[in-house]
Amino acid sequence: MLEAVDLACERGGRSLFRRLSFALRGGELLRVAGPNGSGKTSLLRILCGLLSPTAGAVRWEGTEIRRLREEYSKQLVYIGHAAAVKDDLTAAENVRIACMLAGRRVSPRQIQQALDAFELADLPVKRLSQGQRRRAALARLLLSQSLPLWLLDEPYAALDAAAGRLVEELIDGHVARGGAVVFTTHQDTRVRASRVIDLDA
Amino acid sequence: MLEAARCIVVRDLLVAWRRRSDVATALLFFVIVTSLFPLGIGAEPDLLRSIAPGVIWVAALLSCMLSLGRLFAADHADGTLEQLLLSAAPLGVIAAAKAFAHWLVAGLPLVLIAPLIALQYDLPAPLYPVLALSLLLGTPVLSLIGAIGAALTLGLRGGGVLLSLLVLPLFVPVLIMGAGSVDMAAAGLAPDGQLLLLGALLIVAAAFAPWAIAAALRISAE
Repeated sequence: MLEAVDLACERGGRSLFRRLSFALRGGELLRVAGPNGSGKTSLLRILCGLLSPTAGAVRWEGTEIRRLREEYSKQLVYIGHAAAVKDDLTAAENVRIACMLAGRRVSPRQIQQALDAFELADLPVKRLSQGQRRRAALARLLLSQSLPLWLLDEPYAALDAAAGRLVEELIDGHVARGGAVVFTTHQDTRVRASRVIDLDA
Repeated sequence: MLEAARCIVVRDLLVAWRRRSDVATALLFFVIVTSLFPLGIGAEPDLLRSIAPGVIWVAALLSCMLSLGRLFAADHADGTLEQLLLSAAPLGVIAAAKAFAHWLVAGLPLVLIAPLIALQYDLPAPLYPVLALSLLLGTPVLSLIGAIGAALTLGLRGGGVLLSLLVLPLFVPVLIMGAGSVDMAAAGLAPDGQLLLLGALLIVAAAFAPWAIAAALRISAE
């Protein structure tokens, strides 16, 4: 369903990758590997449409994502480097707003369940630690299980072992349900990627 | 779609409420700047009456500028801007909602407090409604045009100064029309013409600015 054709990316005059092509079907897990600065984040941002590639195209169900715009955005959840939570709002408010913007209605009970799963107190985010902010961002995954595409940039960063395992379970579960996941990580992970793209090669 | 817009407005108002001091600074700036003129110029009622509309309008422009820098910068810094770009609603709608929320926080208080400021300048009472109405029509235009500049200068070093240089010249028509309407009324003429032009500016800005903001945001986010 997701198809990348001849992608190339240049940042600051330096070519990060060229002629990168792959297709991803439902139930597949793609791991993007490579050292720091090899363009993993850029690739993920290209895949979700935040960054336009220097050359090539990304297609969703055969149509270029640039033409689909928000129709494509509705199909995916993107967890980026920044936690994308507002410091002055509580974890629950952050999750609720993120879901509403993504066009999904969630009940307060569902939000509470997601926060409980990640063991998050409903405090203003500025009072939370770095890892807890990350948990607040990842709590969205629990409420996005119906979306076909997950793009996760370093989902394990700043997480402790328990939360890391929970994310692994979520990824496994999503793939088992027939969803597609693209993720990057430097940590060892037990999830079995069906494909690996090494940007260093 | 409207739900997403409402969500943004509510979110921004909630954040503004929890950071009341930021809102208060812009408003206090307006009050203090407009209070400095009568103090500096001294008790010359005729002079004060004649400069009042211009001074109040210029102070309103500058006070609006103060909060524009933060409009998208905060969202950019914590990563929520990326999520806004990936939201299910068209980006133009989100941009319009952001500009509207900015006006509610930075523009509307000026409209409400302006008659009180006008007291210091001994502006005749019949001019208060004209002054308030001109601000009511003009300040949303400032938020809309300013948001384009804020989106364009996002993430740039020295973006704050650049934003002023970029946006203040574009505020000139609003300033001329806004201050001019009060001057007309003070001269005993009907201010309708200027107010209608301000209204027309508002309609044009409301129709086109959101899409310009959206395009600028996409460029800045790359």
